[in-house]
Amino acid sequence: MTRFLIPLALFIVLVVFLAIGLNLNPREVPSPLIDKPAPAFELTRLDDPVRSLKAEDLRGQVWLLNVWASWCVACLQEHPVLLAFSKSSPVPIYGLNYKDQRDAAFAWLGKHGNPYTASLVDTDGRVGIDYGVYGVPETFLIDRQGTIRFKHIGPVTEDVLKREIVPMIEKLRS
Amino acid sequence: MKAWLAILLLSATGLAQAAEAPATAADPVAEKRLMEMAKELRCLVCQNQSLADSNADLAIDLRNQVREQIKAGRTDTQIRAWLTERYGDFVLYRPPVKTTTWLLWAGPFLLLAGGLAALFVTLRRRRAALGAAPLSEAERARAEALLRADASPPPA
Repeated sequence: MTRFLIPLALFIVLVVFLAIGLNLNPREVPSPLIDKPAPAFELTRLDDPVRSLKAEDLRGQVWLLNVWASWCVACLQEHPVLLAFSKSSPVPIYGLNYKDQRDAAFAWLGKHGNPYTASLVDTDGRVGIDYGVYGVPETFLIDRQGTIRFKHIGPVTEDVLKREIVPMIEKLRS
Repeated sequence: MKAWLAILLLSATGLAQAAEAPATAADPVAEKRLMEMAKELRCLVCQNQSLADSNADLAIDLRNQVREQIKAGRTDTQIRAWLTERYGDFVLYRPPVKTTTWLLWAGPFLLLAGGLAALFVTLRRRRAALGAAPLSEAERARAEALLRADASPPPA
């Protein structure tokens, strides 16, 4: 009897490992940038190409960075959530307009609404790469010291906002 | 016929333009280094492709950046570090040995050692079991009779 127990136990262990492995989302690659300083950038604003914004300018406040593009389908999915959140958000939401065209981006914001305090233009995607962006939309939460504290890959949902982002913002602001 | 030729030529130029970044086509050494390195790097968009194979936008951008860094004279190690700073060890097909990955590296050897140990124990146990049950006198006589009967030539 016991001779079957060992293979059975091994089999169960294997099944458990497989079950865990299958339930992980391979798209969610843990970012090495969490708890690291947010990479520096200096980008022009979408609404005013003459003015530019640096990462250091945002030091001293908690802020959200949302990577978006007008060509990005999933961005449209999270857009109403962001738009609603921006009305009551205690922190500014900055957009990183990733590899987009200015007029297309403008038209997109005009059509769907603008949740962003400002959108920064990253035409060649270099700043995106510095932030380890590989799938738009992505959302970063950056603290007063300019450290990345949280990253969400994929569309932000009500649930993610309520469960992860808002509590984190409250913690960082207190 | 002429029209066909024109179309063929047009489509050929179209293809040539679609090929990415002729920038370092002039530098085959750098290009070779890039491709060697990119084979060992994972594309984050299509995760089962290497950076060398992938034609995803991000892969093209990353290849261009690696190309620039090669031109700027950075070493392979520096370039890999630059990538892992942004995308984590996940981009490396050959994960580095460290505390979180030692099980990954040692795992197969541990399994092999476990398998060998199990085999060894089983064999020893089997041998002990066989040795512990010698034939009784009657059994031996019967076995010998059978062997003898077998050895005698079959009746013609």
